[in-house]
Amino acid sequence: MTLVTETAIDAAADPRDRGGPAQPMLIVENIKKYFPIRAGLLNRKVAEVKAVDDISFYVMKGETLGIVGESGCGKSTLARLLMYLIERDEGNLVLDGDLVGEKSGVPIDALRRSLQMVFQDSYSSLNPRLPIEQSIAYGPKVQGIKPKKAKEQAQDLLGKVGLRPNLFSQRYPHELSGGQKQRVNIARALALDPRLLILDEAVSALDKSVEAQVLNLLSELKEQLNLTYIFISHDLHVVQYISDRVLVMYLGQVVEIGPVDKLYSNPKHPYTQALLACRLSMDPDERVDAAPLAGDPPNPVNPPSGCRFHTRCPHAEDICMAKAPALGDVLKATPDQHLAACHMAQAGSGHSKAPATLAELFNI
Amino acid sequence: MSVIPADSASLPAAQGAPATKVRGYWGSVWNRLRYDYVTLFCLGLIIVIILLAVFAPWLSPMDPEKSSMANRLRPIGYKKYLLGTDEQGRDMVSRLLWGGRVSLMMGILPVVFATLVGGMFGVVAGYYGGKVNMVIMRTMDIFFAFPSVLLAVAIAGSLGGGIGNQMLTLTVVLIPPICRVAETATSQVRALDFVDAARASGASTISILFSHVLINVLSPVLVYSSTLVSISIILASGLSFLGLGVSPPTADWGLMLSTLRQSIYVQPIVTALPGIAILITSIAFNLVSDGLRQAMDVKA
Ligand SMILES: Nc1ncnc2c1ncn2[C@@H]1O[C@H](COP(=O)(O)OP(=O)(O)O)[C@@H](O)[C@H]1O
Ligand SMILES: [Mg+2]
Repeated sequence: MTLVTETAIDAAADPRDRGGPAQPMLIVENIKKYFPIRAGLLNRKVAEVKAVDDISFYVMKGETLGIVGESGCGKSTLARLLMYLIERDEGNLVLDGDLVGEKSGVPIDALRRSLQMVFQDSYSSLNPRLPIEQSIAYGPKVQGIKPKKAKEQAQDLLGKVGLRPNLFSQRYPHELSGGQKQRVNIARALALDPRLLILDEAVSALDKSVEAQVLNLLSELKEQLNLTYIFISHDLHVVQYISDRVLVMYLGQVVEIGPVDKLYSNPKHPYTQALLACRLSMDPDERVDAAPLAGDPPNPVNPPSGCRFHTRCPHAEDICMAKAPALGDVLKATPDQHLAACHMAQAGSGHSKAPATLAELFNI
Repeated sequence: MSVIPADSASLPAAQGAPATKVRGYWGSVWNRLRYDYVTLFCLGLIIVIILLAVFAPWLSPMDPEKSSMANRLRPIGYKKYLLGTDEQGRDMVSRLLWGGRVSLMMGILPVVFATLVGGMFGVVAGYYGGKVNMVIMRTMDIFFAFPSVLLAVAIAGSLGGGIGNQMLTLTVVLIPPICRVAETATSQVRALDFVDAARASGASTISILFSHVLINVLSPVLVYSSTLVSISIILASGLSFLGLGVSPPTADWGLMLSTLRQSIYVQPIVTALPGIAILITSIAFNLVSDGLRQAMDVKA
């Protein structure tokens, strides 16, 4: 894995760079999306799905930020919000130092060129009636590049993702394997020469050997093209392998964020601990018998009071039901800081397992 | 070539291998159709019927509107009348050929117009969803509430007879079902990720509709529309039969059936001829659309 500092220097050489190496590629401020649930004759709003509930984080240039969480916790919704594919209720995006979408900031069109996404379902993410070359060339053509040039670029990109252009460019999606389709999806996302790539479960549908090939491809492309990744997955092994930092989501909120080594070796939030314990160990002796994370996640329409995880948490106490633990100011924290939204991690929270405050330490 | 390792299938050992011939969507549709002999036969039949209608002025042995009191209701094969004569002594061969022109036109043109109009509304409703969808689809539902025959009779009755009005009536009747099929197909396509990928590349709605949505909506709509040709022919015949379509002496299969029906005990076979023509044509269209549906159902 590349180190943040190393790639930050590379990124400075990028002519598109405006904010300098210390400026995060993307800052997400308090982004929020509630889906209305409508019912009845008049189609009135009866409830809301709190799919993404006040999430903030940043991605440094050249970094890979992994996002993990159970399915339904709002990962794809978050990705679509970042891509401006669905409208957000609240929050801001700051792209390389400039506010996106506001009158003075970067226009949405520039965001489109800087930010691209590889979709979860390789099956439905390619138009079945278009040869893949046309699917790849479509974006550049829309952005005003001449059809002939766009076609050449598409062939180039096919080569870059490891598909021989003369064999593949005229094929249709149903003539490709899952891994090949995902390569085409990556090529299409790269066609607009983005700086940040959002990969939503990009390898989740592939079998293990193909998954490894695509992961290698992603690593190589990242270095070649100076990319920054947001890598979304429910597979903790893969996230550990590819990420520099990891963000853990639960029911539309961030519960823990930190550098991959710290987070995996010393998870602070009981949810992260449970997720890590759920992983099947390669060593049969170390495998856990009972699933540490029992039951389905609660309904995001009526999330539990206080800490949203308290219904499934083995350490839950009264304070957890009463008060939502704060994650701390993620945007002010440095990339190597490890934060968790858990009362047990915060001194003076009132939880019996919370670390002692300085006052308590000295009063003894 | 890039340095990136790929799965073995992607990079065959042979360098400079020739570009493979890959069959496109329409190519694979044709490949399936090629072995479907029933569909091919019906397709041939339709082509023959259309050619007969198109070339009716040259093919018909006599004037279809010239009556002869001396030769009324003659049987099949009577003298020069290959298929006999009708109640006014007009040659049946000529009348069937000329009638085919009107009937086929009534079968095909309203379907084409309705596919254009209904398809457009359906695609717009399906793509935009929400309020736009509600306004368009609820309007269509009003027309849907009536049985199509009743609706056709009501519209034709208020518009009056004549070829133009009959065509307009049929078009109006056919728009709602086509619109609904197009709407369903579009809203399904709309939800697929490649539409979002196109949006993420900054494409305008118009561009997405033309480059990504239409080609995917086309085949279900075309297949459905082709089933409507026979319905349209039968509806048109029905309207003519009721006196709400073309007016005599113009030949039209429905009208011929209507005027010949009193003679059913005198010349049953001659009387049945226009009905048989309607039957054969509509069955042929139905079987072709059936075959088309199967051939176009390529898993992609
Ligand atoms: N368009 C939508 N309308 C209503 N609810 C939605 C919509 N999209 C997603 N949701 C809901 O938002 C929650 C988060 O979904 P999603 O972001 O797809 O989760 P993930 O990608 O983590 O599996 C789910 O409860 C889902 O049902
Ligand atoms: Mg998802």
